[in-house]
Amino acid sequence: MKKLIALLLTLAMCLGMVAMANADDLIKVGVVNNPPSESGYRAANVADFESVFTAENGFEMTPFYSLKNDEQLQAAQGFITDGVDVLLISAAETTGWDEVLTAAKEAGIKVYLFDRMIDVPEDLYEAAVVSDMAKEGETAVTWLKDQGLAEYNVIHIQGAMGSDAQIGRTGALDAEFEAGTMKKVAQQTATWDEAEAKKIVESVINSGEDFNVIYAENDGMAKGAVAALDENGITHGVDGKVVVMGFDCNKWALKELKAGNWNYDGQCSPFQAQIIADLIKSGETPAEKKIINEEKGFDAKTITDDDIATYGLGED
Amino acid sequence: MSTGATTRKQRGGLGQLLIPLIAIGLLVVFNLIRDPGFFSVETKLNNNGSTVLSGNLISIINGASELAILAMGMTLVTAACGGQDISVGAAAAIAGSVFVKIIRGASPVTGGTVVLAFLACCAVAVIFDAFNGTLVSVFRIQPMIATLILYTCGRSIAYWINGGATPTIDSAITGAIGSFIPGIPVPTPVLIVALMALLFSLVFRFTTLGLYTQAVGINQSAARLMGINTTFIKLLSFMVLGVCVSVAGTIGVCRLQLINHETLLIDIEMDTILAVAIGGNSLGGGKFKISGSILGAYVIQMLTITLYAMKVSSTDVKAYKAIVIILLVVIGSPVVKRWFAGMMARRLAGRRPAAAGKEAQVP
Repeated sequence: MKKLIALLLTLAMCLGMVAMANADDLIKVGVVNNPPSESGYRAANVADFESVFTAENGFEMTPFYSLKNDEQLQAAQGFITDGVDVLLISAAETTGWDEVLTAAKEAGIKVYLFDRMIDVPEDLYEAAVVSDMAKEGETAVTWLKDQGLAEYNVIHIQGAMGSDAQIGRTGALDAEFEAGTMKKVAQQTATWDEAEAKKIVESVINSGEDFNVIYAENDGMAKGAVAALDENGITHGVDGKVVVMGFDCNKWALKELKAGNWNYDGQCSPFQAQIIADLIKSGETPAEKKIINEEKGFDAKTITDDDIATYGLGED
Repeated sequence: MSTGATTRKQRGGLGQLLIPLIAIGLLVVFNLIRDPGFFSVETKLNNNGSTVLSGNLISIINGASELAILAMGMTLVTAACGGQDISVGAAAAIAGSVFVKIIRGASPVTGGTVVLAFLACCAVAVIFDAFNGTLVSVFRIQPMIATLILYTCGRSIAYWINGGATPTIDSAITGAIGSFIPGIPVPTPVLIVALMALLFSLVFRFTTLGLYTQAVGINQSAARLMGINTTFIKLLSFMVLGVCVSVAGTIGVCRLQLINHETLLIDIEMDTILAVAIGGNSLGGGKFKISGSILGAYVIQMLTITLYAMKVSSTDVKAYKAIVIILLVVIGSPVVKRWFAGMMARRLAGRRPAAAGKEAQVP
């Protein structure tokens, strides 16, 4: 009987070693993310992770998608129980993650955050790869200043007040308004609503006030604004009177750029997978845990079809 | 209680429209004092090279189109069921998604595909609203509760049809539906509102729908005893609203050449119900006037445009709108109306003896 048990234990050990050897070949990655149906941004984000964390690159990825924080927490707990090597998280909410991340740390699992920060002590994760919305605004405003217009009369269409994207993209332009280098013709929130953006621009046109820049905090609102310009016979884009600026780099928006109908589109990059993969492979913990994802701004005069294919989000 | 109001309505006919007309009058006067050129309309050459009308007045009439169309359907539902459909915005998002899906599937986009896309989105909207209508008419669920279901899940369904992104369409025909038909200086949505209003008035003129709807709304049991199929009338009112929803959704999508399930006609259900209320219709059902609801829609839009023109921050617009609407609704409430009627009656009564005295003196 003892012999049998010993034999079984040995077998079990051998099997365990085989299993470990297998796991050593591929790095087991558990991904907790929001579902691709959330937005064009998310669809591109999910596709990016699927294309980077492949078996060819030495990863075995198991994704879990939910918009609900508690489901995400359960899934993360499940990944820890399954014994993944690495846990990647884009959380639905910033709170409630302490316990799960502590459990991951105790189990020796490395945690990387992407896209969104979580409200936990820094020692609970290896690194966080996120967008810097304020920098997106600064890049855009720097580009605008480089255009060297004789005067800047700006219609500023804001996103939902208080959202990260709105606060970040508003900051740099507000600074110019305060400094007096640009004139604020109108600053209104359209709450990401394209139709509302159109109404805001329409009311400025009807008031007869002069303007030559539309700074919309996302692509949809820029499209709404342009619809108002078109109906009133105001030219826009590369050779037009009004400079049109948008954000998010939807594929259809970049095409408007390429056609010269708009002037600028700022990127909000969903591509964090490669940065994280490199970090995992190198095994180093970066000195600064918050890594800002490099984000571009596209100019209608220089954008190429390759840019549209590479950086454009969603369908065309 | 309502006899006073009824007799006044029968006498004047315009009594019910008094509140929206007064509101429009006040807004017009206010704007003219603020800026005498506020309502001036000018012609411009749009970027397609056709001559079009432009100005605040056009913005108001054009911008209220979706609201006016939804208000027509909502009036009918309100009258028949004594309750409101709060899912019109979500249903319009579904309708718009279906429309865009079909347009995107076709290349090139011809007039035929646009008609087909509209018919499909109309069918889908009617089916969804028939679902609402069945819950209300057959299962006797309160309209607000019944339509809460679609209100909650409608935009998710639109999501699912779109595949999560914000698909765009690029066609001269849909562009013309959303803005201007080349050669016609009036915005197309305004023409569509006029067409819908004409259709409604023809239906009421040549069928008994209006009468039956009122009968069901005023006293359901009596209507049934008279041989009216009350279940069918209620269901029908929802299906008519479904048609209105699909028209509004199509206009909304064509305006922007893009569908965003999250923002298309967002919060319009509340404005629609308000338009019906401002139009002097009882939200408890019964007698109704569609023209009142249409005027109500223009009042709301005029208010919004006025506030924008005054550069009120769009975050504050809703608060100011709320104040004005509270005033309008309170003025239109039965209590104030009765008090007002009472005051008029007393003044008349005060005058009559004197007049009678004069008459007596004459001979």
